[in-house]
Amino acid sequence: MPNQTPVAEGIFTWPSADPHLIGSRCVNCGNHMFPVQSGCPRCTGNETETVELGTRGTLWTWTVQGFPPKAPPYAGPTDPARFQAFGVGYVELPGQVKVEARLTEADPQKLRIGMEMELVIVPLCTDDDGNDVMTFAFQPVVDPDDSTTSASSRNGAN
Amino acid sequence: MSDDVAIVGIGMHEFGRHDDLTGMEQGVIAVRRALADAGLSWEDMQFAFGGSNAAGAADTMVSSLGLTGLQFINVANGCATGGSSLFSVYNTIKSGVFDLGIAIGFDKHEKGAFRVNTKGAGLGDWYGANGLALTTQFFGMKINRYMHDFGITQNTLAKVSAKAFRNGADNPMAWRRKPLSEQEVLDSAMLSYPLTQYMFCSPGEGGVALILSRADKAHLYTDRPIFLKATVVRSRRFGSFEVLAPSIALEHNAGPTVDASKAAFEMAGIGPEDIDLAQLQDTEAGAEVMHMAENGFCEHGEQERMIQNGETEIGGRFPVNTDGGCLANGEPIGASGLRQVYENVLQLRGDAGVRQVPNQPKTAYTHVYGAPGISGVTILSR
Repeated sequence: MPNQTPVAEGIFTWPSADPHLIGSRCVNCGNHMFPVQSGCPRCTGNETETVELGTRGTLWTWTVQGFPPKAPPYAGPTDPARFQAFGVGYVELPGQVKVEARLTEADPQKLRIGMEMELVIVPLCTDDDGNDVMTFAFQPVVDPDDSTTSASSRNGAN
Repeated sequence: MSDDVAIVGIGMHEFGRHDDLTGMEQGVIAVRRALADAGLSWEDMQFAFGGSNAAGAADTMVSSLGLTGLQFINVANGCATGGSSLFSVYNTIKSGVFDLGIAIGFDKHEKGAFRVNTKGAGLGDWYGANGLALTTQFFGMKINRYMHDFGITQNTLAKVSAKAFRNGADNPMAWRRKPLSEQEVLDSAMLSYPLTQYMFCSPGEGGVALILSRADKAHLYTDRPIFLKATVVRSRRFGSFEVLAPSIALEHNAGPTVDASKAAFEMAGIGPEDIDLAQLQDTEAGAEVMHMAENGFCEHGEQERMIQNGETEIGGRFPVNTDGGCLANGEPIGASGLRQVYENVLQLRGDAGVRQVPNQPKTAYTHVYGAPGISGVTILSR
């Protein structure tokens, strides 16, 4: 099995059995930010502390990236034969912030505003050394009463 | 009260793809056409503000236009580059420093969606690596939420595109001059749900130049001066939903377009009901819809009925994007905002030909929106 390396340090806790996104909280006004930053756009304060953000929230809006992004900066496959459309959305973490992320679901029929989402760490691409480059994404929360849930979703849901 | 500054000359190089011309050469051609329009020479220009996003420093064009020693200041302000140049020319004349000057915008972008320089935009490399550094995604997500909240339909988006390409077909300066049906728009490739290929504008090429003068001297250069009643640029405030944002606040702010619009109406001393036609940022079809309300021309959701009823057509109650907008003209960033003003000057002069808005419009409005959450508005009157 190839080694795993995060797409960047300091974005999410990794490796971890319980990964979280890493953000900032303003010491003055309590505003949450992602990723980490030193100043607060809400109160203009310049003292923040690093915090682990919540891992569940609701889908505030979404789209599906239907064509290969330009590389660079994109690190995933851009060859039309290998490119797969991917979902992108903002997930509202209660009491904190809306975070933009890839979604594990890319079917417009299966995405809806307001649905429950949870953080997962997924492979993005393979680097020059053969490592799996890992990144963060959100996946729909499996409803235990929903018999249509796919096996892959169940496996990803702890 | 604000009749202090007038537009006395306009020039444009055709938008589109021009493999044999640099972006700056297109800017130079636009300047020469503006000078010819005003009956002036380059030596008459006392000062200039100009800029491009990807086609070089504007002030180097003096090598082609003539080394007259004028004050030439480069402007780089993202999608509001043209609007910022115009703001600067306006205020330089209004302050009394100079009487006669020129705003210049031009650009030339590679094909396909904008390649975002993540470092230049203050974003980590991981953001681009993840496939999130695409302005197209923002527009897909903003209109998706807006359709959910206010009941705008995808057919209305297709109607906006079809109108743009119809108007573009009548515009000799436009890039896309082939009308497309609503069905063709809906059937084109889904780029960023719910937006299809023909609902998006493309990065392109072109140049625009506008010559401005003290209003009390405008008669020296033209018998049809168009007065710049307001020119405003605003950046985003906390809580607004903007392009290229790794996170957004839970608090909501209506965004820089609403701020710029309110400030412009205040400056001009008139309201949205007094505007006869508008050029509104239509990076994609949904942007035109949302910007109608953000600029104060209707309530959120009212656009569905207005567009279905044809009210934003050239012959409608409130014509929008009469030159085909960004959808038909493409978006050369540095020139795009000035292109809107160019079209409004044509319309107010009565020179818009087959695209002419009927009943001799008296007031016209422009609005630019873009990265990284910036908006520019102008109000013109004759």
